[in-house]
Amino acid sequence: MTSWIEIGALDDIPRLGSRVVRTPGGNIAVFRTESDEVFALDDRCPHKGGPLSQGIVHNKRVTCPLHNFVIELANGQAVAPDEGCTHTHPAKVENGVVWLSLRQAAAVS
Amino acid sequence: MLDKVTKQKLVVIGNGMAGIRTVEALLERAPDLYDITVFGSEPYGNYNRILLSPVLAGEKSVDDIMLNTLDWYEDNNITLRKGETISMIDRRTCEVVTEAGERVPYDRLLIATGSNPIMLPLPGKELPGVIGFRDIYDVDRMIKASTDYRNAVVIGGGLLGLEAANGLMKRGMNVTVVHLLDTLMERQLDPVAGGLLRKSLEERGMVFKMPAQTQAILGEDRVTGVRFGDGTELAADLVVMAVGIRPNFELAKKAGLYCERGIVVSDTMQTYDGRIYAVGECVQHRRQTYGLVAPLFDQAKVCANHLAMKGFATYDGSVTSTKLKVTGIDLFSAGDFAPGPDKEEIVLQDANRGVYKRIILKDKKIVGAVLYGDTIDGPWYFQHLRDGTDVSHMRERLVFGAANLGDGGVSGQNSVAAMSDETEICGCNGVCKGAIVKAISEKKLFTLDDVRAHTKASSSCGSCTGLVEQVLAFTLGGDYSAAPKVKPLCKCTDHSHDDVRRVIVEQQLKTIPAVMRFMEWKTLNGCHSCRPALNYYLLATWPGEYRDDQQSRFINERVHANIQKDGTYSVVPRMWGGVTTPSELRAIADVAEKFNIPTVKVTGGQRIDLLGVKKEDLPAVWADLNDAGMVSGHAYAKGLRTVKTCVGSEWCRFGTQDSTGLGIKLEKFMWGSWTPAKVKLGVSGCPRNCAEATCKDVGVVCVDSGYEIHFAGAAGLHIKGTEYLAKVETEDETLEVIVALTQLYREEGWYLERMYKWCDRVGLEQIRKRVVDDIANRKALFARFAHSQQFAQTDPWAERASRGVDRNEFAPLAELELA
Ligand SMILES: Cc1cc2nc3c(=O)[nH]c(=O)nc-3n(C[C@H](O)[C@H](O)[C@H](O)COP(=O)(O)OP(=O)(O)OC[C@H]3O[C@@H](n4cnc5c(N)ncnc54)[C@H](O)[C@@H]3O)c2cc1C
Ligand code: SF4
Ligand code: SF4
Ligand code: FES
Repeated sequence: MTSWIEIGALDDIPRLGSRVVRTPGGNIAVFRTESDEVFALDDRCPHKGGPLSQGIVHNKRVTCPLHNFVIELANGQAVAPDEGCTHTHPAKVENGVVWLSLRQAAAVS
Repeated sequence: MLDKVTKQKLVVIGNGMAGIRTVEALLERAPDLYDITVFGSEPYGNYNRILLSPVLAGEKSVDDIMLNTLDWYEDNNITLRKGETISMIDRRTCEVVTEAGERVPYDRLLIATGSNPIMLPLPGKELPGVIGFRDIYDVDRMIKASTDYRNAVVIGGGLLGLEAANGLMKRGMNVTVVHLLDTLMERQLDPVAGGLLRKSLEERGMVFKMPAQTQAILGEDRVTGVRFGDGTELAADLVVMAVGIRPNFELAKKAGLYCERGIVVSDTMQTYDGRIYAVGECVQHRRQTYGLVAPLFDQAKVCANHLAMKGFATYDGSVTSTKLKVTGIDLFSAGDFAPGPDKEEIVLQDANRGVYKRIILKDKKIVGAVLYGDTIDGPWYFQHLRDGTDVSHMRERLVFGAANLGDGGVSGQNSVAAMSDETEICGCNGVCKGAIVKAISEKKLFTLDDVRAHTKASSSCGSCTGLVEQVLAFTLGGDYSAAPKVKPLCKCTDHSHDDVRRVIVEQQLKTIPAVMRFMEWKTLNGCHSCRPALNYYLLATWPGEYRDDQQSRFINERVHANIQKDGTYSVVPRMWGGVTTPSELRAIADVAEKFNIPTVKVTGGQRIDLLGVKKEDLPAVWADLNDAGMVSGHAYAKGLRTVKTCVGSEWCRFGTQDSTGLGIKLEKFMWGSWTPAKVKLGVSGCPRNCAEATCKDVGVVCVDSGYEIHFAGAAGLHIKGTEYLAKVETEDETLEVIVALTQLYREEGWYLERMYKWCDRVGLEQIRKRVVDDIANRKALFARFAHSQQFAQTDPWAERASRGVDRNEFAPLAELELA
């Protein structure tokens, strides 16, 4: 049973950028691609916990600002040769509004 | 649509490897632009000349080596006039004249006439039975001679001579190789490797006479023998001259085109006549002529780019490597291997296995490699040679090759020949050996780039490059030389930093998407390497016009603070010249307490660093610092960082000039500017150098009579003292020279290339000429810097703290109570 939570307007997230949603379980990074798709991931790099929300977004990937791991936004997987995975959360856009569903608690640090 | 009548006419002289490769590349880029006519003396379509050796050795047939069939010319609407030689170019009327006297007009002309074998001017050289080794006709005659006669003499113990000798021996002849020097292939091999080669060829039955000078070729109506300088004679029914090639430029020279050792061309492959291009062995580019296909293919690409009127590629010359195509002998050579006082060598010699390796290092880089017996790592060494990799960290194991470093993916496997077709070669793209072999033979590929383009193998991470090169070498029968390359900006493009910078200016490209579109980027929105680079290039090229793209900035430059390992930030306010005041210090102390900033630290650049600030507190921290009159110290920027000064003549008993004042002046003029990489300055009041100016990007050392300007130092990962640039007499001149220097660096440096690397690449003399000696140029550079400063000198902190710029960046999108 997915319950959707409204988190803000799409236009408040820059294209090829990201904003953070605070939750008691940790920050969630919400990304917007060039074609206005949104993706939500825990804001923690699988490498050493770097804040992915602060990285450079390209196509459907983000590069971690700390040591350049590249993470697939769709599934949270690190792109080879790096390894690791970040939790993803369902996210969608309807009429310019971004919705998020917290499927599981974000990783607690 | 353009029809045949209105299309421009392109005439190509020379139906060989370079000419046709250019035409192919042109068709890819602009299929309809020209009406193309190709003249070729040889009565065939274009064939792979380098495979004449296996044809001679009976390992391949003439049909096997055809590259472009007659159908190909027809399908592409190219008029092929095979068997027709051009005897004159009439530049006045823009026509070429055939031997039969026919005149054919051109709008653009491409000369690709290759080269001719050098025939030594010996008595008897015209006798039947004396031939060169260049084309199918020569090979036919050699094969015929091998059935009718027994004794062959090959003059020349270089690559071509040995391949000819090997082929003739395979055809059953007794072959003697005559060589002037006592080392075979002396241009590619050192004496040890040359000796090993000689030994194994002797084991196969080849006879050597060396060192020996040929004096005459004997015979009445056909060659019967050869006489040497020492008076001895040798019987011979066939003499092959393989002493070198001479670029074929007579035609061009007669037409008044400037020639030296070849037809002289520019970086765009144009001759002195702008309508006439030239490529291949017949050209001379930057004093260099080439006799291998890889560089010619590079030239072809550049030439096609210009013929297609795209007009941005340039050819910068090539580094080449060589392999000998004698089946069963593994030999690889690249670069410069002559011993020298400034060079070091690593040698491995294993007589039992017949292995010899010699790697030559200079300044921690590989500059040459000679491999014999085990050449599997040839491409890997060559890669490092071309890339100029600093190999000091792997020095001890270097000679054992990539496999022993766990690097390069060449998994100790000794021969790709032994691999099954299903063996996966490229893990990134899942390409197996069979697919690569098929593409190579069906699509007639022969460079690494071709294979990358067609199969995608090794086009991603590149760690399988060595293996792919092996597959190429093995499929082509060893006749393959690794393609030289220009280092691309990143994996999203094939273009180099220089190309990109030039095209941005030439094509007036003003946004990142425009650059990516025009230069055919391979990815949708680039990556974390190229986007910041492009953003900088556009910003530096179009000051005031280009709108900085925040999403293409590394986080530190986007939020104007330095990210720390826990995701907090550090804040460094500017302290002009390292000078502060009690009220500034008080304000810093207040801010630190108010925001619970855990660490306050003094930096190496004479600033105070507030570490551990939360992102959302940044605007408020800045607002307080702004209120006390402080602005961003740009400690996060690829831009002007700090100017470190000593107290100088104002306080110090040794001080010769007001170093503090000069430092502040420099900093006030230059702050806010973006540069390819960070720039730090230092100003010392006397040669005691308390400000450590001589390890900065730019340093000033004051002396009684003026100011010494130094630059290109570094004290980070690398430590390097500065280079002396100039001495001037006044503060104003000092400012002018330093600003001009920085502007030149801003205009020509590669993104992330520190000033000292830029200086290494471009050369100190070049830089001095343009910023010190050429005063008009210095003033122009200074003016361009000043112009761009109008747009750069706004405090990013004030914009964000009180003018609400980028407000979203610092606040969360939402706060959720429940998970
Ligand atoms: C036996 C042999 C082995 C080689 N092995 C290797 C190797 O292993 N690796 C490697 O990289 N390179 C090798 N090379 C060198 C390589 O083949 C050449 O570098 C390359 O073919 C040069 O290309 P080109 O287009 O400049 O000249 P060519 O391929 O020689 O083409 C020039 C053409 O122009 C024609 N022509 C000349 N003048 C006129 C005119 N006035 N009118 C009409 N047509 C004209 C010529 O007949 C010729 O067909 C080898 C060469 C030989 C001969
Ligand atoms: S560099 Fe010279 S002038 Fe400056 S503080 Fe040191 S001794 Fe004094
Ligand atoms: S020296 Fe290394 S650890 Fe210390 S601040 Fe610089 S980058 Fe960080
Ligand atoms: S924490 Fe993300 S790459 Fe190291």
